[in-house]
Amino acid sequence: MSKKTSDKVVRILPQTNNSTWQLQENMTIMLFLLPAFIFLSIFLVYPIFRSAYFSLFNWKGLGPAVDYIGLENFRRLIADQIFLKAVRNGILIVVFSLLIQLPLAMGLALIVGRNIPGRAFFRAIFFMPYVLSEVITAVMWLILYNPNPSRGFLNAIINIIPFLEPQAWLADTSLVLPAIFVVLTWKYIGFHMLLYITGLQNIPREIEEAALIDGVNSHQMVTHITIPLLAGTIKTSVYLSIIGSLQVYALVWIMTRGGPVNASEVMSTYLYRYSFVRFELGYGSAVAIVMLLISLTFSIIYLRLTRKAEYLA
Amino acid sequence: MSVNDSKRRKRFKKNSPLILKYIILIVAAIFILFPIVMIIFGALKTRGEFMTIPYIPPIPPRWGNIKTVLSMPIFWYMLRNSVLVMIATTAGVVITASLSAFVFSRIKFRGQNLLFNFFTLGLMFPITVAILPIYLVIRQLGLTNNLIGVILVQIAFQLSISIVILRNFFMAVPFELQDAASIDGCSTLGFFWCILLPLARPSLAAVAALTVVTSWNDLLVPLVLIDKEKLWTLPLGTMQFQGQYGMDLSLVAAFLLLSAIPALIFYLLAERQLVSGLTAGALKG
Repeated sequence: MSKKTSDKVVRILPQTNNSTWQLQENMTIMLFLLPAFIFLSIFLVYPIFRSAYFSLFNWKGLGPAVDYIGLENFRRLIADQIFLKAVRNGILIVVFSLLIQLPLAMGLALIVGRNIPGRAFFRAIFFMPYVLSEVITAVMWLILYNPNPSRGFLNAIINIIPFLEPQAWLADTSLVLPAIFVVLTWKYIGFHMLLYITGLQNIPREIEEAALIDGVNSHQMVTHITIPLLAGTIKTSVYLSIIGSLQVYALVWIMTRGGPVNASEVMSTYLYRYSFVRFELGYGSAVAIVMLLISLTFSIIYLRLTRKAEYLA
Repeated sequence: MSVNDSKRRKRFKKNSPLILKYIILIVAAIFILFPIVMIIFGALKTRGEFMTIPYIPPIPPRWGNIKTVLSMPIFWYMLRNSVLVMIATTAGVVITASLSAFVFSRIKFRGQNLLFNFFTLGLMFPITVAILPIYLVIRQLGLTNNLIGVILVQIAFQLSISIVILRNFFMAVPFELQDAASIDGCSTLGFFWCILLPLARPSLAAVAALTVVTSWNDLLVPLVLIDKEKLWTLPLGTMQFQGQYGMDLSLVAAFLLLSAIPALIFYLLAERQLVSGLTAGALKG
């Protein structure tokens, strides 16, 4: 580019105002946006409208959908105790995440985010589970949770501790959800820690130094300065937890299939069962639409919240 | 592992003795590493040894399970399919997303905001929620039991986040540079190709790393779209393998270990890019 002669500049500059240049610019816009536009239209927007259409039919996926039943699928869905259980379990997972996983992640970030020798090493370990697939994670923990004490590691260890009894873990209706939650924490705590570390790094040093000069102690520092300054990151982390809990599929399906007796059913396993095991595609479409509306609602709330509060990112 | 614990952690943050911090870190590290170490132990034992006391280290290590898995043709099919899908998806996402991100970050035009909202629709809901409608469309297109179907869907669902990340990075490139290039007679296209893309290489790497991990770990799309055993990807195959050989836990452990190794190697090589992609995607999306 540096080789261009000055007379070429003179020739090109006036062109910025004429119509061929404008045309070229418009062509660039069109051509550059087209591939992504096609992808998103075919695989995102069109399927959703199609699903909304099918949700009004009793349709098993063979032949055209002809048995129009209006909103009957939705009525059946709202009345289904198992679906309500799935929604409840989803909410429980979110509550667990907010009360346990996120504070733990924040605690780790506060320790590992600043100058402590070996922080890169610990950070790398905590984040490692994130790169392993949910399938690997699930099968791994399936082996750990094996109820037979001579095979399952957890029960083997419990066996040598006096007063503790081996548990059925994933086969126990009251233990299955906490057991799955431990796995979710194992897999995702590093990710949330990472978000908080990034947030921490964006807090200007001067603010904390000024606070120190003003004589705040370390407890006040964390509760009155660090955490409020992390508000944006915390919101993001909360939002991702909520969306993530809608997304939990592979872990639950592989470890429990939503059982025992639907004790660990979540919306995505419910959707999968009706769509791809029972092939009730009309009803499955209704489930998908309801899940879409839920995640859309949360996304909009999140956008509203973050747009109001500009955060350091 | 309770709320109180973490509160205590925060309270002790500044003045607590270093030793307490290290105790917390080591306990957390053990929690994270324990399952992985146990799987390595299990993979290196015979089936009989596995069924005695599981937490004892495998001395001497037995390589039989590893050899068995490596001699299964299906394992190599899965590896090949996963690699193919991952490469095609990543290339597709990086190319398509950088084109769109360029337009949204560098050219002003009417309807830009509206169109940008459309392009970020994918951020609004996870793929799990849309998997049934997608299945119906792929079936309509006749792309079930075809890796191309998997690739197209994976690209589509990675686009929104990638466009957002790249747009933010592209916007950080000074506009003076674009003016200077245009004075030098460089077209918009030339600026994109010769100046912006080389400058944005770290952000392209971040988006690529994020896509590699997402595609490599994806179960749902291949599970729904693929029946044929020869077309299984590693996550799908791992799930089926567990179902088939679930009783032989040491063999399952060996399979897990072998299918985790590529991801772990990638993590060691590209941790920085992955982390930058993830945090950029989450915090700026």
